[in-house]
Amino acid sequence: MIGLRRKKGLKEELEYREYVSLSQGQMIWRAFRKHRLGNIGTVIVLLLVAAAFFAEFFAPYHYAEQFRLYPFSPPTTFHFRSEDSFTLRPFVYKTTREFDPETYQPTFVEDSSKKYHIRFFVRGYEYRLLGLFKTNVHLFGARANDGSEVPVFLLGTDTFGRDLLSRTMIGGRISLAVGPLVILFSFPLSIVLGGLSGYYGGGIDMFLQRFGEAFMAIPALPILLAMGAALSGFGLSSTMIFLGIIVSLSLISWAGGARVIRGQVLAIREMDFVTAARAAGANDLRIILRHITPNVMSYLVVAATLTIPYMMLTEAALSFLGYGVREPMTSWGQLLNAATNISGIEEHPWLLIPGIFIVIAVLAFNFMGDALRDAVDPFTIV
Amino acid sequence: MLPLLVLVSLFSFAIIQLMPGDYLTRARLDPQIKQETLNALARRYGLDKPFMTRYLAWVKGILTRGDFGTSFETRQPVFFTLFLGSRLQWTLVVSISTMIITWLFAIPLGIYSATHQYKASDHGLTFFGFLGLSIPNFFFALVVLWLLVAVFKVGNYGLGIGGLFDNRFIAAPWSLAKIGNLLWHIWPAWLVIGTSGMAGLLRYMRGSLLDTLSLQYVQTARAKGLSEHIVVYKHAVRNAINPLISMLGMTLPNLVAGSLVTAIVLNLPTVERAFWSALQMQDEYVIMGGLLFFSLFLLLGNLLADILLAWVDPRIRYN
Repeated sequence: MIGLRRKKGLKEELEYREYVSLSQGQMIWRAFRKHRLGNIGTVIVLLLVAAAFFAEFFAPYHYAEQFRLYPFSPPTTFHFRSEDSFTLRPFVYKTTREFDPETYQPTFVEDSSKKYHIRFFVRGYEYRLLGLFKTNVHLFGARANDGSEVPVFLLGTDTFGRDLLSRTMIGGRISLAVGPLVILFSFPLSIVLGGLSGYYGGGIDMFLQRFGEAFMAIPALPILLAMGAALSGFGLSSTMIFLGIIVSLSLISWAGGARVIRGQVLAIREMDFVTAARAAGANDLRIILRHITPNVMSYLVVAATLTIPYMMLTEAALSFLGYGVREPMTSWGQLLNAATNISGIEEHPWLLIPGIFIVIAVLAFNFMGDALRDAVDPFTIV
Repeated sequence: MLPLLVLVSLFSFAIIQLMPGDYLTRARLDPQIKQETLNALARRYGLDKPFMTRYLAWVKGILTRGDFGTSFETRQPVFFTLFLGSRLQWTLVVSISTMIITWLFAIPLGIYSATHQYKASDHGLTFFGFLGLSIPNFFFALVVLWLLVAVFKVGNYGLGIGGLFDNRFIAAPWSLAKIGNLLWHIWPAWLVIGTSGMAGLLRYMRGSLLDTLSLQYVQTARAKGLSEHIVVYKHAVRNAINPLISMLGMTLPNLVAGSLVTAIVLNLPTVERAFWSALQMQDEYVIMGGLLFFSLFLLLGNLLADILLAWVDPRIRYN
């Protein structure tokens, strides 16, 4: 823990030395705090998770509500300046869809006769906050002084006139849930099979490793597409298909983890403290649970934070191609499915916005994972 | 390798069997096709037999006749369908050129990052590397398309959208103009697939070189008074690069996934594209052929990486 701290003065250096006896947790936390990008990533991850939990509150409308008058409405323009004055309270105008008389291209025309001010904590559709409290308060909405309301589409609408912001909020919940759910399925498999393989070696090891290699030899995306295709058409509900996607993602991802865990267990098994435990009469189960598992734990935590973004990306690609999450369920990748053809994107570029959320979320998770990896690595000198 | 391929084939066959309905489901809905024709088709493709029988028949066909089955869609052998119109060639061109370009950029940038550790430029490179890693390939491809078509309005010049050539070049003999046109079309693919693999390589190169630079022989080289240039490039980089070659095999799945998605979005005439259409048509044997092809691609890539590693690093010997 000493050295390589050139930028700090001697006094601080001395002060620092007093704290050399830190617990492992404190050391990890300290190292983690040093990773600036990692900290920013962690904050963003927490914000995204909070947004997912309170998705209905941030979503002004129900994610499936169709505004028939507003198909492919561009994001609503916020006005701060009216003909007479500048105001800090943004307002919007009511828009109506009109067709260009020559090209018959639909355009949305603002009616500037009435101002609809943006108001916070407005009443909207009813939902259960966190699945518990019944409420109908939403973050924002637009209402005129006479009480009439007009829909606000912060991110525009899709082909059915569904609000993209609401859909992005609700879809984010699914996108963020994919990683943890896959971990829930695949990590126990990796731990048990990798642990068995590494601890006992021999025939079991041989068999499990070959079995795992076969899983790794298949490129993930093509086989996932095939599995996704296999899932459709059984008349499954979108929830069941989602579960199927989770299971198939777990099936292709356990082998890599199992291999690393096997390697670690193999190395730890030979260490003196394991021999000591065995000499003290500990049985296999106790050695695995009390002596080996804690040593693999840090790897597991890091692997988990890095699996989440990878799974998000894979799910997004699958859903984008139409073989992942299906309607009426939605996810960020599934939302991008509407932006498949180029003429569509050219006319409605706001359909690409959910992709930005994917990038931000994956980036944040990657930074967090990177910081964690550096932090839990006992050989990193901080 | 062979037992692996057998397992892979069994997996893919099982998954295809899970698919609801088959090619005939669609044909059955067509009132113009007679029941006898349907039965004959079912018999011919063995669709009425149980799973293992069909699998064994399929494997037998591969082993004895080199017959991977027939595409329901084109009525041609699977490999003819997958590789139709020099698709194999284009898959190899796209993947290998992307890989070379990724390495050409990642290695020098990794070296730069390591020799400028913790400087602003190092952090910047790390950030951009992670950004490339975090943008989904398909989204990046869409954004590039959107920029080209809607923002820069160069779509009419065929810049990078729709296939690998302008129509007038497709049948034309090879010429400088045709190669230029190919480059004009292929660079978005390089950009999209390359950026996703770049971060891993860059970080790995950086880490590996930093490890090497802290070794004693590097210190010795410096103590001898060698110039920093020689210490880094002749002594350290030479050794730091070896572990990366084993990364070659690991980056391949990424490459396959990347080029699959990119081929779909950018409409490239590759094997991936054929696999994608087969998937939509539920063209069973072509899907299985495609899965086998991708697995073979991975396995061969890994084998090549191993051989390359042994060739580059004389300390490594396989028994």
